[in-house]
Amino acid sequence: MKQSGLRAELLLEIGCEEIPAGMIAKAAGELQVLLEKYLAAENLLDGSKIESFGAPRRLVAAAPGILLKQEDSSNEITGPPKSVAYDNVGRPTKAAESFASKQGVPLDKLYLVTTPRGEYLAARHSVPGRSAAALLPEILPRVIQEISWPRTMHWAGADGPRFIRPIRWIVALLGGKPTRFSFAGLTAGNHSSGHRFLGSAKIAVHGLGDYEKKLRTNFVLVRPEDRRRKIEREIAEWMKRTNLRLHEDAALLDEVTYLNEFPSVILGNFDANFLDLPSEILITVMRGHQKYFAVEKKSGELAPHFLAVINHDRDARGLIAAGHERVLKARFADARFFWDADQKCRLADYLQKLASVTYESRLGSYKDKVERMRAIARFLADHWFNSGLPQAHVADADRAAELAKCDLATEMVRELTELQGIVGGLYARAQGESEDVAWAVYDHYRPVGVDDPIPRNLTGCAVALADKLDSITGCFAAGLIPSGSSDPFALRRAALGIVKIILERHLPLSLSSTVGAAAKNLGSYPPKLPVTPDVEKQVAEFVHERARFFLRERSGFAYDEVNAVFRAGADDLVDAVRRLEALRAIRKTKNFAPLAISFKRIRKILEKAAGAGGERRKPSPELFAEEAERELYRAVREAAAKTETEKRSGRYREALAVIGNLRPAVDRFFDEVLVMDENPAVRENRLGLLNELLREFSTIADFSEIVAEEKR
Amino acid sequence: MKSKGKREGPKRGLSFQDLILRLQEFWARRGCVLNQPYDIEVGAGTMHPETFLRVIGPAPYRVAYIQPSRRPSDGRYGENPNRLYKHMQLQVVLKPSPADIQDVYLESLRAIGISPVEHDIRFEEDNWEAPTLGAWGIGWQVLLDGLEITQFTYFQQCGGLDLDPISVELTYGLDRIAAFLQNVENVYDVRWSQDTTYGQVRLAEERQLSAYSFDYADAQTVRKLFELCEKEARQILAGYKETDGPHLLRYPVLAAYELCLKCSHLFNLLDARGVISTTERAALIGRVRALATGAARLWLDQQARETQGTASVRKVSA
Repeated sequence: MKQSGLRAELLLEIGCEEIPAGMIAKAAGELQVLLEKYLAAENLLDGSKIESFGAPRRLVAAAPGILLKQEDSSNEITGPPKSVAYDNVGRPTKAAESFASKQGVPLDKLYLVTTPRGEYLAARHSVPGRSAAALLPEILPRVIQEISWPRTMHWAGADGPRFIRPIRWIVALLGGKPTRFSFAGLTAGNHSSGHRFLGSAKIAVHGLGDYEKKLRTNFVLVRPEDRRRKIEREIAEWMKRTNLRLHEDAALLDEVTYLNEFPSVILGNFDANFLDLPSEILITVMRGHQKYFAVEKKSGELAPHFLAVINHDRDARGLIAAGHERVLKARFADARFFWDADQKCRLADYLQKLASVTYESRLGSYKDKVERMRAIARFLADHWFNSGLPQAHVADADRAAELAKCDLATEMVRELTELQGIVGGLYARAQGESEDVAWAVYDHYRPVGVDDPIPRNLTGCAVALADKLDSITGCFAAGLIPSGSSDPFALRRAALGIVKIILERHLPLSLSSTVGAAAKNLGSYPPKLPVTPDVEKQVAEFVHERARFFLRERSGFAYDEVNAVFRAGADDLVDAVRRLEALRAIRKTKNFAPLAISFKRIRKILEKAAGAGGERRKPSPELFAEEAERELYRAVREAAAKTETEKRSGRYREALAVIGNLRPAVDRFFDEVLVMDENPAVRENRLGLLNELLREFSTIADFSEIVAEEKR
Repeated sequence: MKSKGKREGPKRGLSFQDLILRLQEFWARRGCVLNQPYDIEVGAGTMHPETFLRVIGPAPYRVAYIQPSRRPSDGRYGENPNRLYKHMQLQVVLKPSPADIQDVYLESLRAIGISPVEHDIRFEEDNWEAPTLGAWGIGWQVLLDGLEITQFTYFQQCGGLDLDPISVELTYGLDRIAAFLQNVENVYDVRWSQDTTYGQVRLAEERQLSAYSFDYADAQTVRKLFELCEKEARQILAGYKETDGPHLLRYPVLAAYELCLKCSHLFNLLDARGVISTTERAALIGRVRALATGAARLWLDQQARETQGTASVRKVSA
């Protein structure tokens, strides 16, 4: 950064109609990046830092000191080659003259430059630096236009710009003076606008400090951190005054920070009689539509109060609190109505209604799906019980699967769809189902994302897996395979859920046989959609794909480690992770990297020799010609027996260590033996040896997939 | 704040009909044609041709009308204090949308006695979409102390056509606003006029039409009606291309659109009966949308030909 050059502060405010709360922070971030990019491209940034922030009606960026003027520069243009530009006596030709006149440079100012292609005629133009004041009207409209949004709109006709909401004013100041440019029918200037109701609609501003001060007196806290602090402070005051505790909700705090230009917190009350509804329902109602914070007693129970964040400095007459209380009361009354109405019949009775609700035309109704889920859940529970998990309970798994989807036909879930599963679980408990079954119903949609927890009990895991496996297998069989961004049945999420449940719960499970069970049920229960073995394979691959993603992104395994282990098979995901852990531990040891390179070499040799991977014979010791191959043969035999024992008792690290110890023998083999011997019998025998080596030692991981350390 | 102490006492607020009159007067003064509700069942004021067809094409227009809107799934047999099978909307469409439209809207709230300075009014993201109409727009729901009182939308597409100029649509939820103004908790207690309540005017209708939608409507019959209306609409739409000359302007594109509205309502009925699955739903919506977009396209063509036609007639006579 040069110290020279006159600098001035830049301030840009894009004044908008209310921008959706969830998009402001990201857009402000982009605004900063774009401004930096364009100012840097014009050599105006010169190390100046840009900051940006936003509020519902504005995106703001400011730089304390950008250059007022670009440096002068010059710019060289090459013309014809020397041979064309001058004749054999060194006089300029027509070509040279025409180049000079085109460039507007006298002939005698032209000169020769040496390029890789030879000598060329060239002209130099000096380019005076342009002023920031002249450049900003070109840069700023582009910056505004290039901010990306999820969904943009026109407001000034089809020729006008697109933005997230209509832009209604623009402040652009350089050194406190307006930089005029036109955009969307507006002229940028120095007039901002205050709070929609409490502030002045037209405020002249002169620089960042002045801007922030004036907006504050006009009831706009332009910086999100100031708004958040005000909210947090006022919440704390209320909690102290009432001796209550906030039901923490970080996402809601973010949202209200960006939903208000001048947030204030008010406390509202509701009738304590509503507290006999489950807290899940009360909190969802408060949070979802109304964006209220729930409040708890010190004991953790909900208190009959809520905190609303309003876009106002105060609620002078209590009108606002009264209004919010009325709305909440109506919403709670609705929830109460649903709770009572839904439970006029038993949860299981809703299953009949699900018979007329199609899940997918080729996959039948929800009731059909439930029947298939029950069969898979039973299969899983039975399998787990037999694999030494005594908590696995076939009858519970069956019952929970039977009830799992019933709440879809209830009023409560029609209204509060985000509570699907949860409502079913609550009803199940209220109607005397066992805790195990109730929680299983409650949790069975989980996990709904990478960060969401898995079902809390084994029965819930069985139902969740059954649901997801049926969805994926069924949709694949019906040709509804996710592609690109289109995944209407959220199958990728379902597959990730399967992976997460299996791995976090360490569930013994063969993926292929579970998919096989799901496929069999699809074929045997109505509407009897046959599933081909090909589809089964696709489904397993689809789940593997998510598993690879999960292991890389969440468990932090390197991609080549994951590739190596999956190539050796990953039907049992828990086992695959054990192998991965062993591989990760062993790959840092000294023998490993060279051995991996040897394995890769072996694979290449075999591929090259075989063409299309023909059958290889077992090596016969009598055909060995060299001591090195005999030694390798012995080493392989010995190591194979040892690794087999270690593997069988799950000691993968030890098994890998044994393989690592093969290195000297392998190295010697390659040093001393030429595989492609002239004698075909010897050659084939050597290939057979290598093939055996590769086959024997690729069942934990395929080492040839491992990428050398520096390239990883 | 300029409150005059405790001047108000128990608030009576505007009657339902006075609320309507004030808003209509407000918008009439701002150049709106005051039109009337459409006489076919619709789920929203947007489906009235005065919105659906007017926002298409270049001609400026301003209109306001009340539209009783039927949402069979929202029916509660008249037993729920704020949910209605049929609710009353005031629909305002301004084409093109003026730059100060948010301020004008807030002005309309003042006209019915709601002072933004005394309340918590906010514009919260709520993009509107009517998949059956191939229509969507960008905007907000307007919240008054947490109560959703208006849908505020900049129309972007209608009948599958990109719009230019952009219209703004304001849909006031009149039942809620009246209950708020009168400070009553049950919509049926709202004073409709000086001495008649909302319940007296509408309760029987709510009870019976909820019962019909949830309990009596025969799904097979409704499906059949849907298919009949759809078939008729498709036939009309298909015949347009063979029509020309003097019959063109008589060609009943509007009738096809009306049949499409019927399909849309019948679809809502099936939905309330709970007999439509997620996927079938998508298919049915697609079928209604095909009618709506077809009608919109033909309407645009018909209008364009009418303008051209008069132009060429003028040329001939000149």
